[in-house]
Parts: sequence; structure tokens; C-alpha cells
Amino acid sequence: MAVVKSKAQRVWNRVAIGVLAAAVVVTMIPLYWIASTAIKARADATTVPPTVFFRPQVTAFIKLFTARVQRRGDADRETQAKMPWWERSVMGEGERFIRDDKGHIENSGYVGRFTNSIIIAVTSTFLAVSMGTLTAYGFSRFKMPGEADWLFFILSTRMLPPVVVAIPMFLMYRAAGLVDTHLGLIFLYTAFNLSFSVWIMKGFVDEIPTEYEEAALVDGYTRLEAFRKIVLPQAATGIAATAVFCFITAWNEYAFALMMTSRRAQTAPPYIPSQLGSGLVDWTTIAAGAVLFLMPVTVFTFLLRGHLLRGVTFGAVRK
Amino acid sequence: MANSTRPLARQGLSDLAIRNWFIIPTIVFLIVFNIFPLLYSLGFSFTDYRATMNRPAHFIGLQNYQDLLSDPAIWNNFTITAKYVVVSVTGQVVVGFGLALLLNRAIPGKGLLTTVLMLPMMMSPAVVGLFWQLLYSPSWGIVNYLLGLERMEWLSNPDAALYAIAITDIWMWSPFVMLLCLAGLSAIPASLYEAAAIDRASGWFVFRRITLPLVAPLLLIAIIFRTMEAFKTFDIAFIMASLDETELVAIKLYKLAFQEWQTGYSCALAYIMLLAVLAITNIYIKYLNKAKAR
Repeated sequence: MAVVKSKAQRVWNRVAIGVLAAAVVVTMIPLYWIASTAIKARADATTVPPTVFFRPQVTAFIKLFTARVQRRGDADRETQAKMPWWERSVMGEGERFIRDDKGHIENSGYVGRFTNSIIIAVTSTFLAVSMGTLTAYGFSRFKMPGEADWLFFILSTRMLPPVVVAIPMFLMYRAAGLVDTHLGLIFLYTAFNLSFSVWIMKGFVDEIPTEYEEAALVDGYTRLEAFRKIVLPQAATGIAATAVFCFITAWNEYAFALMMTSRRAQTAPPYIPSQLGSGLVDWTTIAAGAVLFLMPVTVFTFLLRGHLLRGVTFGAVRK
Repeated sequence: MANSTRPLARQGLSDLAIRNWFIIPTIVFLIVFNIFPLLYSLGFSFTDYRATMNRPAHFIGLQNYQDLLSDPAIWNNFTITAKYVVVSVTGQVVVGFGLALLLNRAIPGKGLLTTVLMLPMMMSPAVVGLFWQLLYSPSWGIVNYLLGLERMEWLSNPDAALYAIAITDIWMWSPFVMLLCLAGLSAIPASLYEAAAIDRASGWFVFRRITLPLVAPLLLIAIIFRTMEAFKTFDIAFIMASLDETELVAIKLYKLAFQEWQTGYSCALAYIMLLAVLAITNIYIKYLNKAKAR
């Protein structure tokens, strides 16, 4: 870029910044709207015209975690006065908690789904990244007959449409008793992320100079020791970035989860939209569920910002 | 380990053994979870098997494929998908490339700005589809409110629903095109623009002869990838609308397989879809490797 700028260029720069600001606003409006719906009162969430200014509250998040039913009649004043504020706020929206025999408030379906999401995403990420790192090292450092073809094969499995894979997979899982199990989904997500992990890790490993390892080999290290003590520490950043990408993919996945799970092992993505139909769950609660679900990904996006380009091109394009 | 080239090294696993131990499990895993199922479903595509019925599959040859290709409803699904692909990919290229051109200058807070613009594409399509339903609501949705439209139906309107979904897709994936274009733009040496300025070249000439050709390799990768992804679209469209006019091929496939349980028939459709995806994948990886070689 030229150091000396003409007047026209400066004007053009201002226009560009203005348009970019507008783009940020357009990007943020939907996100702002879902976040603000999550802290609205139920009555404010679906008004005509939409409510822009409102008193924020956390009732939706309380409702998100608890099982509730429609309340009939009013609780007498004495019991109501004894209630903690969070129970009163739910009563105020015409609902009451469901309690078990011992008087404990029961969890909503969201809690279990969110836990499933964590278990499945973390385990499959671990498997995909560890296998992927080893395979990437193998391809990077050793000669393999037909290497390009193997790498093509590996990446092409990533491109398969989930619905196409899911039909035979469902039949196989049904025969093996893996439908609606954590393990079943973990395997599927590991397979889905493995190809990505191999490709992007190969990019990272290729960048580590081989001289260190060779020096270590001369010093009497075995190849495995050299891999563990020399290569792995240098690949740490790459491994972390790959893990975050794999986690996000598994965390967000919808199609396999919809087709392969129904209750026990169901993750949050198929569960959250399914709540729209059930009468009791309103938009504020759904929004609260969505916000909580999107939170980790938002944080990770900022942590990953230097690696995004590499991530979306399977390691082929670097900055 | 007679073939060891390192007489000084302690005897560990040979390089060949390590290579095999590191690579083969991955390949076996992918074969078990991707290739084997596909062979299994290839077999089913020649039968009348229904997964909910307790009777063995009958071999019916190419009957399923014949039925599929002569069914106007299936062709209609492909037409809808094609329309969706063209609209959403074109939108993403225009918006993404445009934003990249604007971002390719010294701007305070550029890094933060870029990351914020990236947010939509990192999010779960299921959740994005869900909350765009709230935005598109005809009565209390913010889209109608901001555009000043009264009670405009979006997702239940046969004429608008597909485009409404495409707009959501554009919102979500323009950042992807932007990211790749930005990488291409920032790699163009400033000396080229300086030389053009000395020659008093017009802005349009500079764009056509310098900017576009140098961004093209990465832009092409973005276009091919997004085309393939748009062709496969399931989640976002499945969640946002359920009209005949928004029934993409992947949705039709899901209904055939998991709601009507026409397993054999759906496997045949899956294979038609698979061949198309593999063809695009082939082109995509070729360009990826080309970009890598640069």
C-alpha cells in the first residue's frame, strides 16, 4: 500500500470502514437478538412490534435446567413468601417445578443433552487428534507408496454427505446394538474428524524441521523417542488448534446425532430445535439453551483466530 | 532390523514398522466406518429392502435407479437443490469477496473485526437455523420489523422460503469466502499496484488484470467447497422449513430412509448423490494441492 495517500484514497477508505461497520452490525443483529431473547421475560419475547428495551432477567436460564409444569391456581401467600427468588420468578410466569419424592427439583432434558454433547465431543476429539497426529507424522516423515492417493482417500471420506453414510451405518449399528449409545456417536465423529486431523496435522508436522530429529537419532534416540521428545513438543500448538477445530465440529454436528440417537445419547443440537413444538417451552428458554450452547464456540473462535484459514482449508493454505 | 541405516542408533522399532503402526490404524478405521458402510448400501441399492419389515431383501437389479431417474418428484428435488446452490454460493461470493476487498487495507482493530465477522460460520447450523426462525417470524420477527414489512411470510411462503434459507446460509458462510479471499489479496505484492499506478491504469483494469487473477486460485477453492457443502445441505433447511419447495435432495433422502423406511430405494438415491459429491471432491482436492504447492 502506498505510503502517501491521495484525497480520493482517504475518502474511499472511510467509505470502506463505513460499509464494514454495517457488515459487523448485520452479522451481530441475529446473535444479539438470540442473546437478548434469552434474558427477556416470556411476555417480552414475542411482542408486536419486537421489544428492544426491556428489563433483563435470568428466569429463562432457571427454566432451561429444570423440569416444570403449567401451574394451576395460585400458591398461597405463605408458601410463596418462603420460596427462593428463583422459584418465585418461575411461578411468576405461570409454571411450577416438578419435584421427585424427596422434594428435589427434577432436571430438564437439556442438562442430560448438554452433558452428552461434552462427553461425545471431548472423547471423539481426543481419538481423532491422537490418531491423526500419528498418521500425519507417518505421512510426513516416511515414504509411502501411493501417498497422494492415500491422502486423497482420507480427505474424500470427510466430504461424504452424513445422510448417505447414516443409512447403512444405522443398519450396522442396529445389528451391533450401538444405536443411541455414546460409543456409537463417538466412533462416527472420530471417523468424521480423523481425515481433517490427518490433513491439518500433516501441514503442521511438515513445518517442523527434520534436523532436530536427525540429531537426536545420531545421539542414540530411537525413532519413537525422537517423536515423543522432539516432534510432539514442537507440534503442541498445531495439536491444540486441531483439537479445538475437531471439538467444534463434533459439538455442532446435527445430522448424525438426529439419525443415530433418540434419548439416552442424544446431544444438544437435535434436542434444542425439537423443544420448539412442545407447548411448555417458550422462545426465552430455547434462546437460553442456544446461548449456552454457542458460548464455547464463540470463545474458541477467538482463541483460534490465527489458525482459522488453515483450519477451513484442511491445512493447505497458511497465512 | 537388518535394513537399519543408523548403526549408531539404539535398536528401536524400524522406520517401516513405525510408519505402518502410525498410518494403518487410521486407514482401517476409515474403511470400517466409511467405505464398508458404503459397500453395504451399494448392495442394498439393488434390492427392495425395507429396514422396518421383517423380510429378506430381494434382488431387483437396477429397478430402484430406473424408478428414481424417471420420477419427476426426484428431479424436482434436484432442481430445488440446484437453485439453492446457485443462490447461496453466488451470494456468499459477492458478499465475501466484497468484504475482503474492503478489509484489505490498514484499519484500526482489523484483527478483532475479522474475528467477529467469522463468528457465524463457527456456529452449529442447527442452532443457527432455529434462531433464524425467530428472526423470520411474520408477526414478531425482527427481519420484518427492520425491513418495515408487515406480516410478510418467509418460511411458510412457497415463493420465499428457499431464498430465506439461502440468506441465512449467506449470513453464515460469507465469512468463509472472505477469509480465503483476504489471504489471496494480502499476498499480492504492493509493487504490482504501484507499477499500475505509474502507468495510470484504471481501477477496473487493475481489478481485472491484477486483483482478480491473483485471488482466483483461493477464490476457486472457496467456490468449489461451498458448492459441495450447499449441495449436501441438510440441517439448516430441514430445521427452518418443511415445505415441498424447500425439500433439498439430502432432506428427501432422509425422509425416504428414516421416515418411509424405503431402505433399498434410498440407498440408490444416496449413491446418485455420492457420485456427484465425489466428482466435486476430486476437483476440489486437485485445486487444494495446487494451492499447497505454491
